[in-house]
Amino acid sequence: MNTAVAAVPLLESSAPASPVQGLSYWALVLRQLQRDPVAMTAAAVLLLLVVAALLAPWISPADPYKASMLKRLLPPGSPGHWLGTDELGRDMLTRLIHGGRMSLVIGVAPVLAAFVIGTGIGLVAGYVGGWVNMAIMRTLDVFYAFPSVLLAVAIAGALGPGMSNSMIALTMVFIPQVVRVAESVTTQVRHLDYVDAARMSGDSALGIIRHHVLGNVLGPVFVYATGLVSVSMILASGLSFLGLGVKPPEPEWGLMLNTLRSAIYSQPLLAALPGVMIFVTSMAFNLFADGIRSAMDIKR
Amino acid sequence: MSADPILSLALPDKGGPAQPLLSVMGLRKHFALPGGLLKRNGAKVRAVDGVSFTVAKGETLGVVGESGCGKSTTARLVARLIEPDAGELVFDGEAVGAQTGLALKDLRRSLQMVFQDSYASLNPRMPVAQAVAYGPQVHGMPAPAARLRAHDLLARVGLAPTVFAQRYPHELSGGQRQRVNIARALAFEPRLLILDESVAALDKSVQAQVLNLLQELKAERGLTYLFISHDLHVVHYLADRVMVMYLGIIVETGPVETLYRAPRHPYTKALLSAVPSLDPTRRTQQSPLAGDPPNPVNPPSGCRFRDRCPLAQARCASEVPALREANAGHWAACHFDEGLA
Repeated sequence: MNTAVAAVPLLESSAPASPVQGLSYWALVLRQLQRDPVAMTAAAVLLLLVVAALLAPWISPADPYKASMLKRLLPPGSPGHWLGTDELGRDMLTRLIHGGRMSLVIGVAPVLAAFVIGTGIGLVAGYVGGWVNMAIMRTLDVFYAFPSVLLAVAIAGALGPGMSNSMIALTMVFIPQVVRVAESVTTQVRHLDYVDAARMSGDSALGIIRHHVLGNVLGPVFVYATGLVSVSMILASGLSFLGLGVKPPEPEWGLMLNTLRSAIYSQPLLAALPGVMIFVTSMAFNLFADGIRSAMDIKR
Repeated sequence: MSADPILSLALPDKGGPAQPLLSVMGLRKHFALPGGLLKRNGAKVRAVDGVSFTVAKGETLGVVGESGCGKSTTARLVARLIEPDAGELVFDGEAVGAQTGLALKDLRRSLQMVFQDSYASLNPRMPVAQAVAYGPQVHGMPAPAARLRAHDLLARVGLAPTVFAQRYPHELSGGQRQRVNIARALAFEPRLLILDESVAALDKSVQAQVLNLLQELKAERGLTYLFISHDLHVVHYLADRVMVMYLGIIVETGPVETLYRAPRHPYTKALLSAVPSLDPTRRTQQSPLAGDPPNPVNPPSGCRFRDRCPLAQARCASEVPALREANAGHWAACHFDEGLA
């Protein structure tokens, strides 16, 4: 090697004075995110919900399955039952805390599965292009053509009721959507010069995808998927409401909304509580996803 | 230079100094215009339409021409980033891609490319030292050796590794990024470097620095350059020979001094007269080219330059002018070449 530094003056030995120097891209995104009060509030709400769900058995004031015929449909603020009781006299606060466990799982798991599978399919479609792309994307368009709710109900109905089946149904609803985003980002990245430069290195397609394409595709797809969590929760609640998801007496927000609907005239506030939880959680996910999206917009 | 094959990527010289490093014969690439799923409208952009040239060992061949004349497509065809429709590539006596010839992966070691857009050609998520070390690792160099080489090369192109090695592309200036790209290309120990408008996007002062660096590296490492540019001054400064392209074909080629002093093709003349000169006595009265180049989907019959040519006659519409050698090494494709010498 004749790369030894001869008498060549180092032209660039000082860094441009910048407060962000040396920070990686994700460190920059995190910094930006920390300055966004809305995103940080959303993150705090999510953290609270997750912690509450994790610690449910220890922090709940009562047994979520213990019914009492004498204490049915107590309004919020009743002594001993801060948020009242449901149609079987079970403590509402306890059931909401426990319901968060299942609702969060059912909101996150299908999205996570669709994120992994969809990104894989999207990478292949986008990187290979041509007829492979055409075949994959047009096939997925068939699924994409159905409204999400209809598709979820149809698949869950075909698979039969049950929590795992409804999660599979939701995963299948989300895969085409994730693939679309992953494919379009991959197609963009694939035509950038650094992928050509990587091809010039003589590396295999798999190596190029792994080292140069994947990292640049994951970000945008992740942001999109984060936004899907709230959709997933609402759809899952809808499936539970229709009797296709979680079965009673399991506490789950969508199912609770269903069983309490008969009380909507006598105790409207009580009947709305599970809906409020769904609303708050999906709102928090959406706002947090928005925060990440704008934080990722920084270019330098 | 280490003898260990894993620590040295350079492939040996084969045919001696007389054999051209690169011979391109009848290179052609037509891009089909998008027609839709079932209808093929048959229209094709004739981006490169039968281009033949050689690059001698150790020389710098400049390629000039307007936007859309096929310069960059030619570069990408030679680098095999796109597959040619027709034509043959011979690298130091070995046919590229042929069964018995040079494998594509070996060509990649001997032939590297520096792109125009210094930002787009670096992975935004990869620190620059890692980007430089990536290539040698693909070819089997152990990571520590590749890292060492990357640091050496960064130092050589004027970027102190202690400061810059762990930087991301967005933390560097355009000139610094292009130095990184040059270091990355050199990490393969290539013999031919394709510079596709590599300095076009840089400020004039930075451009001069990078050009000088390229000159030094060439002398130091015995490199051969295929230098593609629309900037005639830069080509004059760097190139030994020049090739002028127009609408996918070569219209004139020759030694840089001869071609700049006495251009033979009317297109080259127009190009050179369009270069602004600071010397008022050297300003020509000849009008610069009017209009845009014709649509490469449907180029004019006969001579492709005829509808913008001041000399065009009936013959130009019917007969395609061949490249003819007017004097030693100076070729032009014009029916009226003799009268212009």
